[in-house]
Amino acid sequence: MAVQSPAVDIAAALVRPTAASASRGYWPSVGRRLRRDPVTLLCVGVLLLVVLASVAAPLLGLADPYKTSMLRRLYPLGSPNHLLGTDELGRDMFARLIYGGRLSLFMGVTPVVCALLVGGMLGITAGFVGGKVNMAIMRVMDVFYAFPSVLLAISLSGAMGAGTENTLLSLTLVFIPPICRVSESVTTQVRGFDFVDAARASGASALTIVRVHVLGNVLGPILVYATSLISVAIILAAGLSFLGLGVKPPEPEWGLMLNTLRQAIYVNPVLAALPGVMIFITSICFNLMSDGLRAAMDVKA
Amino acid sequence: MLLYALRRLLYLVPVAFGVSLLVFALVHLAPGDPISAIVPPDAPQEVVDKLKEYYGFDKPLPVQYFRWLAVTLTGDLGTSIGTGRPVAAEVASAFGNTIILAIAATLFAFSLAVVLGTSAAYAKSRIVDRLVTMISLMGVSVPHFWLAIVLVIVFSVEMGVLPPMGIGPENSTGWRFDWPHLKHMILPTIALSVIPLGVVTRTVRSTVKETLNMEFVTALHAKGMRDDQILRHVLKNAAPTCLAVMGLQAGNLIGGSILIETVFAWPGTGFLLNSAIFRRDLPILQGTTLVLAGFFMLLNLTVDVIQTMVDPRIKRG
Amino acid sequence: MDSLLPLEDRGGPAQPLLLASGLRKHFPVPGGLLGRSGKVVRAVDDLSLSVAKGETLGVVGESGCGKSTVARLLIRLIKPDRGTMVLDGDPVDEPHGITVNELRRQVQMVFQDSYASLNPRLTIGETLAFAPKAHGLPAAEARARVRDLLDKVGLDPINYAERYPHELSGGQRQRVNIARALALRPRLVILDEAVSALDKSVEAQVLNMLVDLKTELGLTYIFISHDLNVVQYLSDRVLVMYLGKIVELGSVEAIYGNPQHPYTRALLSARPSMDPRRRTKEAPIQGDPPNPIDPPSGCRFRTRCPFAEDVCARFEPPLADTGAQAVACHMRVAGSGHSKAATS
Repeated sequence: MAVQSPAVDIAAALVRPTAASASRGYWPSVGRRLRRDPVTLLCVGVLLLVVLASVAAPLLGLADPYKTSMLRRLYPLGSPNHLLGTDELGRDMFARLIYGGRLSLFMGVTPVVCALLVGGMLGITAGFVGGKVNMAIMRVMDVFYAFPSVLLAISLSGAMGAGTENTLLSLTLVFIPPICRVSESVTTQVRGFDFVDAARASGASALTIVRVHVLGNVLGPILVYATSLISVAIILAAGLSFLGLGVKPPEPEWGLMLNTLRQAIYVNPVLAALPGVMIFITSICFNLMSDGLRAAMDVKA
Repeated sequence: MLLYALRRLLYLVPVAFGVSLLVFALVHLAPGDPISAIVPPDAPQEVVDKLKEYYGFDKPLPVQYFRWLAVTLTGDLGTSIGTGRPVAAEVASAFGNTIILAIAATLFAFSLAVVLGTSAAYAKSRIVDRLVTMISLMGVSVPHFWLAIVLVIVFSVEMGVLPPMGIGPENSTGWRFDWPHLKHMILPTIALSVIPLGVVTRTVRSTVKETLNMEFVTALHAKGMRDDQILRHVLKNAAPTCLAVMGLQAGNLIGGSILIETVFAWPGTGFLLNSAIFRRDLPILQGTTLVLAGFFMLLNLTVDVIQTMVDPRIKRG
Repeated sequence: MDSLLPLEDRGGPAQPLLLASGLRKHFPVPGGLLGRSGKVVRAVDDLSLSVAKGETLGVVGESGCGKSTVARLLIRLIKPDRGTMVLDGDPVDEPHGITVNELRRQVQMVFQDSYASLNPRLTIGETLAFAPKAHGLPAAEARARVRDLLDKVGLDPINYAERYPHELSGGQRQRVNIARALALRPRLVILDEAVSALDKSVEAQVLNMLVDLKTELGLTYIFISHDLNVVQYLSDRVLVMYLGKIVELGSVEAIYGNPQHPYTRALLSARPSMDPRRRTKEAPIQGDPPNPIDPPSGCRFRTRCPFAEDVCARFEPPLADTGAQAVACHMRVAGSGHSKAATS
């Protein structure tokens, strides 16, 4: 689980105040480039489909994902009334996969968003203020960095116990250090630029300088890095549920489903693998989207 | 350079301190009294009190921490609540098994990644480049534990050529370098390799590409150097970044093998951690986490020092 | 909250606008066992200068002599380790004087044109309006101020206010940098290599504009540069720096007409001349500039000075008045012990 990739270098490269050739303003040009990128658009489309389906699940006229049936267990794909078969307790797979999207996506995106808020704030503060504050914040982060992310997530979850809230908390804690590190690195770079010195020389307050001058230049790379973490988060959340440390049964969640369906691999292997396909698809889409975002932001004049 | 290594080591001390604090706190993060993990709920009060005293749970937290730290530093990681054996012994044997798998996965993934990444960077045809990019994308996006299940389905359930779990055939007590044991290793190694393969391929491709675009390569061409000689120079330039990423990935392999080990029931540290969590065997949980985190820190330190040796641009000392 | 009118003159023309005494700034060098090697870069050492109202003080020296550090110390972007500053009679950053923020209302800086001297995400108008708005000027007045500033630097406000930095040429960006420095109506403007990155023709235009602005707005300049010709063109007085210390100080005529410090003479003679009759008679500078981490004992220039003697290694020459200028050289101090010095 690579959370500490050389994203810091990638993010640093984005901070170069590069131009948005022939266009007015940076963010509009990023948007324009994104709109013209077919791969990214496709991924956004697929993800929107998955998200909408899972959010609107109750309205879609699906079978009840919790309704068990001892008789109709492990029906194969294409059975009447059950497009994707039934699971080991007789529940409709199609419904469980769609409903499962809610929790799986939620558990993937929410920790990253929370970590972005906390880690981003800490990192930007550390980068801008520098000195002892920087040292204090980054040394604390170093302690967390001493753990590989999977280990940290599992130890935290293992200690706190299973359950959705605990998993959210432990995943957020796992993602705060890398986001903080990238934010700090990028902010330190921007802080060294002359226009920041000029802003300081004008006597504006630190908060104003950060708001007007620093944030606009720093948020881009941080956001790119954070979106690349979403796919990791989804897999990690599913992994935790797979181990029994995440979502508790009978909630539908893709990782948990992979666990409970393991017994079925000898009977109905394709069925057993289905939830993983969903994880795989969403993960790829988020990764491609993140790559597309990075490409859109890294413009050379 | 020695000074740099020493400095980093010294620097590690406060971090290690913090790590130990965190690991110690893990136990106390757990809901409920740590004692309740050890004794049945209907135990008489004197037994509970005696055990409390024995484990030191009746003392204030800071005292508990320092006692635990002192004991741990002597190498005694406590006793497993589940098996009654010393934690250090259990972790040591499990660690060996994890290392075997990690080495295999590292060798496989890194060599393949270097070949793929370099060919993609050199490739004139866009198809090769696209293919490699897709492979690396798959590598980082696939949930590796799901891939492990799929591999088991394909090779054990459907084709029956490879065993679905375990470190060796039925009666084996450990790992040996023979064909039956290697057969058991194949699927876990592949499953474990995908993520490092994806990440390192991507890194190799981008660093080699970047290096190829540098002016010194054009200069070497102009001097009439052969392609394979230039390749050596290019690889030397790309090496520092790639080594850093490889080191990180190797560390993740060791610390993050739990999911694969669970699927294959491979008796490594991940598997140990898993069972410890379910038995609420807190000493094993603490001991394993501590050892893995410590190993990871030392590995990172080594990678950093090697990087300073290999990359002359980094200031030393 | 004052509406950002230019601040009043206090103390009259005889009082120096800015007086700096004993400024020192050492930067610690990383390294060693605990991250601190104990070594320092002695960027600026015991430097004192005064700037009279309405003059242009030129500061010259090689790269690494500490000129930029001095600039940043004077505007308090960096805090000095030691030393005091007095602005038109008011001590800076001291209990009975003015605060650093108030200093910044009156002293501003123009940076060298680099890709990062202007925020690439803001329009020119937004960049220029930032300082006034930060000091409380309402938006409408700030916009009017921006138009006024752009006008002054010769850029059409309608055209340029909405542009981004990358859409401007180097010369135009530098005009914007200058406009930014003038946004708070300062009295003293420090120009740190402000024209060094420009093409020669553009440089000339910008220099002339600076001269005009000075007269029009009653400004005082400190002009820092490594380009001796530009400094001669612009300055009333000149200060020559070497390794963090002043080696010579005087009017521009005195420095350029009769340089007395060996370093100044070498610098001036190193300028190529179009006139074949002007041949170099001075010994050129030998060697590379030594390390500011470990400056030579005594006179810091002695390792490159063709006239160095024992006394130069033992004692640091004080900045002594020699009539038209002040020089820090043992050869000019009577009774210093140097063979070329007058015996008192």
